[in-house]
Amino acid sequence: MKRWLACLFIVLAARMAFAAEAPLLAADETVEKRLVAISEELRCLVCQNESLAGSRADLANDLRREIRKMIAEGKTDQEILDFMVARYGDFVLYRPPVKPTTWLLWGGPFLLMGGGLITLIWLLRRRRQLVATSGLSDEQRTLAASLLDKTDQ
Amino acid sequence: MKRFLLPLAAFAVLVVFLAIGLTHDPREVPSPLIGKPAPAFTLPQLHDASKNFSVADMKGQVWLLNVWASWCVSCREEHPLLVEFAKTHAVPVIGLDYKDQVADAKQWLEKLGNPYTQIAVDSDGRVGIDYGVYGVPETYVIDKQGIIRMKHTGPITPASLAQKILPLVKDLSQ
Repeated sequence: MKRWLACLFIVLAARMAFAAEAPLLAADETVEKRLVAISEELRCLVCQNESLAGSRADLANDLRREIRKMIAEGKTDQEILDFMVARYGDFVLYRPPVKPTTWLLWGGPFLLMGGGLITLIWLLRRRRQLVATSGLSDEQRTLAASLLDKTDQ
Repeated sequence: MKRFLLPLAAFAVLVVFLAIGLTHDPREVPSPLIGKPAPAFTLPQLHDASKNFSVADMKGQVWLLNVWASWCVSCREEHPLLVEFAKTHAVPVIGLDYKDQVADAKQWLEKLGNPYTQIAVDSDGRVGIDYGVYGVPETYVIDKQGIIRMKHTGPITPASLAQKILPLVKDLSQ
């Protein structure tokens, strides 16, 4: 246990050391804020589970430099995103556009939820029917009542 | 027994989907550049910086653009195959030396052989961005009209060369 805690501590400490290093690369704070906002929407292709804002990959650095340059040139956010998509495809966007090839991606979760709901309703209805039809007959009821009376005595 | 059939079937479907997913390479991102003109660039050549290489020079022939660097481990892996391929003189292979030191690149080629017809130096990686490079080595097949027809990410293997690149090159050369 102690050893695990030590490991955990070392890992966390290492992460903190990394976190402290992030250099501010543009002097202008508003440019930097826009850069972060844009690059959080973008996937780093080298380490695919990181955003471009958070990645320390060499390519991510280069791409941030490009974005910074485009901001300085007065390009809009959409133009910058288009620039990235033209080179790396929809895959760079964390929120890909809705189009035929991504319909399943966007609609899939709702399809699954709909399917689940339908199954649930169907099961509940069937159960209710089972309960309704498997009721006791009058004969069984009188028998049960007489048995209960007997035990009460 | 019958009540387990449906969950079992659902599980089987899930397994099939996951199994298919396992055969896909997540590094292989489809390039939006396929079918589009190869982005133009003019860059100094590795062995003579006073001379330039320009995409426009290649118009009228099918060629391969191979993005590599001396710091790239996978490039070393594909290099012998590329050297062998260059000996066949099938198509010109243009190297794009990506984010590299000129001296390192020259030394690397001296040691391992130079398969390239010409080498352009992309020292800051700006051209690489235009080509959507994200993991060297990458290889592009470009046709006579200057359209990118194929992109191969990662080291070329004998199989990918024989089954994908060469048939396409043959097709385009006609």
